[in-house]
Amino acid sequence: MSAIVLFLAVIAIIAGWWLSQQRLMAKPWLEEGPIDDFPGTGAVTLPAAKLGLGVFLAVVGALFTLVISAYSMRQNLADWRALPVPKLLWFNTGVLVLSSIALQSAYLAARRDDLEGVVIGLLAGGVSAVVFLVGQLLAWRQLIVAGYFVASNPANSFFYLITAVHGLHLMGGLVALGRTTSKVWRGAKVAEVRLSVELCAIYWHFLLLVWLVVLGLLTGWTDNFIAICRGLLS
Amino acid sequence: MVDIPYEGIAGAPPAEVPDVELYHPKSWLTRYVFSQDAKVIAVQYSLTASAIGLVALVLSWMMRLQLGFPGTFSFIDPNQYLQLITMHGMIMVIFLLTALFLGGFGNYLIPLMVGARDMVFPYVNMLSYWVYLLAVLVLVSSFFAPGGPTGAGWTLYPPQAILSGTPGGQDWGIVLMLASLILFIIGFTMGGLNYVVTVLQARTRGMTLMRLPLTVWGIFTATVMALLAFPALFVASVMMLFDRALGTSFFMPTIVEMGQPTKYVGGSPLLFQHLFWFFGHPEVYIVALPAFGIVSDLISTHARKNIFGYRMMVWAIVAIGALSFVVWAHHMYVSGMYPYFGYFFATTTLIIAIPTAIKVYNWVLTLWRGDIHLTLPMLFALAFIITFVNGGLTGLFLGNVVVDVPLSDTMFVVAHFHMVMGVAPIMVVLGGIYHWYPKVTGRMLNEVLGKFHFWVTFLGAYLIFFPMHYLGLLGVPRRYHELGEAAFIPQSAHSLNAFITVVALTVGFAQMVFLFNLAWSLFKGRPSGGNPWKATTLEWQTPETPPGHGNWGKELPVVYRWAYDYSVPGAKEDFIPQNQPPATQRVRGASP
Repeated sequence: MSAIVLFLAVIAIIAGWWLSQQRLMAKPWLEEGPIDDFPGTGAVTLPAAKLGLGVFLAVVGALFTLVISAYSMRQNLADWRALPVPKLLWFNTGVLVLSSIALQSAYLAARRDDLEGVVIGLLAGGVSAVVFLVGQLLAWRQLIVAGYFVASNPANSFFYLITAVHGLHLMGGLVALGRTTSKVWRGAKVAEVRLSVELCAIYWHFLLLVWLVVLGLLTGWTDNFIAICRGLLS
Repeated sequence: MVDIPYEGIAGAPPAEVPDVELYHPKSWLTRYVFSQDAKVIAVQYSLTASAIGLVALVLSWMMRLQLGFPGTFSFIDPNQYLQLITMHGMIMVIFLLTALFLGGFGNYLIPLMVGARDMVFPYVNMLSYWVYLLAVLVLVSSFFAPGGPTGAGWTLYPPQAILSGTPGGQDWGIVLMLASLILFIIGFTMGGLNYVVTVLQARTRGMTLMRLPLTVWGIFTATVMALLAFPALFVASVMMLFDRALGTSFFMPTIVEMGQPTKYVGGSPLLFQHLFWFFGHPEVYIVALPAFGIVSDLISTHARKNIFGYRMMVWAIVAIGALSFVVWAHHMYVSGMYPYFGYFFATTTLIIAIPTAIKVYNWVLTLWRGDIHLTLPMLFALAFIITFVNGGLTGLFLGNVVVDVPLSDTMFVVAHFHMVMGVAPIMVVLGGIYHWYPKVTGRMLNEVLGKFHFWVTFLGAYLIFFPMHYLGLLGVPRRYHELGEAAFIPQSAHSLNAFITVVALTVGFAQMVFLFNLAWSLFKGRPSGGNPWKATTLEWQTPETPPGHGNWGKELPVVYRWAYDYSVPGAKEDFIPQNQPPATQRVRGASP
């Protein structure tokens, strides 16, 4: 469980830093008056949707970290036999990177009020995300053909579980991306979709980051890091 | 809608927060069924949670009938007894208490108390309720599935949870339970995002964090915890579903069942326990923190005195929220985990008692020399403090490894858990309902029926659970369908069990009186007016009671003070609402 404890420690540091800006040492019973007397302590000025996405990403982050915690605990038991990671995953990773770059370009285009750039970015991002998902399914198929079934070994089980959870989150993102694209398609102005495009880009970057961590885990690159964490906490 | 002018006015202009784009219902269906108004969603959550809670209450009666009069009720066999235990526990902890505190009180109170028009994502909020309802229906459907509901215990420990010896283990019971939990967590996440973002982003002008009522602090912190803790239950449920449906061995060890080896190899039941309790212990505080917040507001309002140590109360809530994530393995002392971990988790368990104790002292000091009105909300609040202290003290016993080991599988744990996690929060729920019912309906609950309800519930709870501690110390085990004749269990223990059962049925009857009161007062209750308790917080200052769509009139309220200005020396009345401008400012506002 060391990974999730570290993740929560990071969340606690961020929350602690924010709370330290909120005058928690104030004596509210002595402070009458409008807020102008206490600058910086009002409601958060970020758009609600952006703040909501931030909170949601923390939840999704906790979810993946818990799966990683479980992976690292189960990995230590005697029956664990690491499975060969299909080479196709490298191609898929490249496609997901492209998808993320495309959405970042859509966001930059939205900031420039460049409608055409937004459309191209959104479509490229969406199509490459779909390609990534198809690629993941093909990787599953390759493993099944090679005899690596979901229940044959815990390493296989975790592979299918983690890639499925990641894929489902990407599919959820595609729903949001589809709605944004359809708004643009129906003639919405760039200013009306700028925030949505930005949120899609943030979500994509986050899922890319998660995928890179997951890939490191599946290929064994992060084993040393996990060993260090375990050593620190036990 | 009638708008109350802000004294003509005075002080700061209202609302500099971005206004919520309100969804306006166009039909009866979108106003009362598929509503996006947090107040309607709160009532929907509360009614659904209460309905499923009543089912769990009936299950507990059946358990008590079996324990009190073994052999009398032939329709309760050992398997059914395990199913009753499991469903009672899971429903009460997750589907009643969590849903009621966060979905019910949270939805109703957060927007009103922070001065917002609604939750920030009303559509998602509506979806949250419907997914919750679906989770409840899936859970209920397991009563009618082949093999009945799961009897794995509310902790659902593998390997027994999915083996054929456990009711529902190889039928639909466990599958439906896991599916229901997964749905619940998805629904809660939708609601939870709303609660957190609304508190952070939609507070009205002047509502700094340190002016928030402690109710909002409690619900807010509990929601943050739940958003981070529920994923652990989600992961555990999905992985167990894989084990059950696909034959994986995440949790299932190599095991021989009825002389036959199973398909499972080498899984770790301990891994499930870590994941479950990583959620399970914060869950205690996910229920407790809203209760702490609500009881603080009840005590302050009905003792006509500012809350003692507001800052300390806020810090304690935050500290409890953080510490509750590093105590989980104290539920696993007897699980066979690495024994030295026990020292760490025993230490953190004792440390978390400190902020909790600070809160208890502050409640007592708030009462000290207060103008205590023994209203129904105050009676329930007082009952909570006493019960929570009692339950908390036995928790300190169990937090120590050497004491926990012999007591872990006895009725002592049942008694402790019910005092601290059952009776105590339910006292707050009831107190909260008596307190806010006038705002929700515009009418007061009947006092005589309420007093009857209170005394039977409070005294009854003690008559049930105090003797149960004694049974535990005698060594009477928990989870047993029938005790049989064991040398260490005297006849008096059996008589005590029968007594407990009679009291439990009586307390259950008192809840029917409460339900009657809720329904009767809705039509016949005395009109309450807008602020019957003369309270300071914003929900009592709405232009209409019950609050209309959008909560406030044309303008959002402006907050000028904290939430606890009671009995302020020199003030005309013994309370000053949060949105009342300071006297100097009123004078300034009146001058050209």
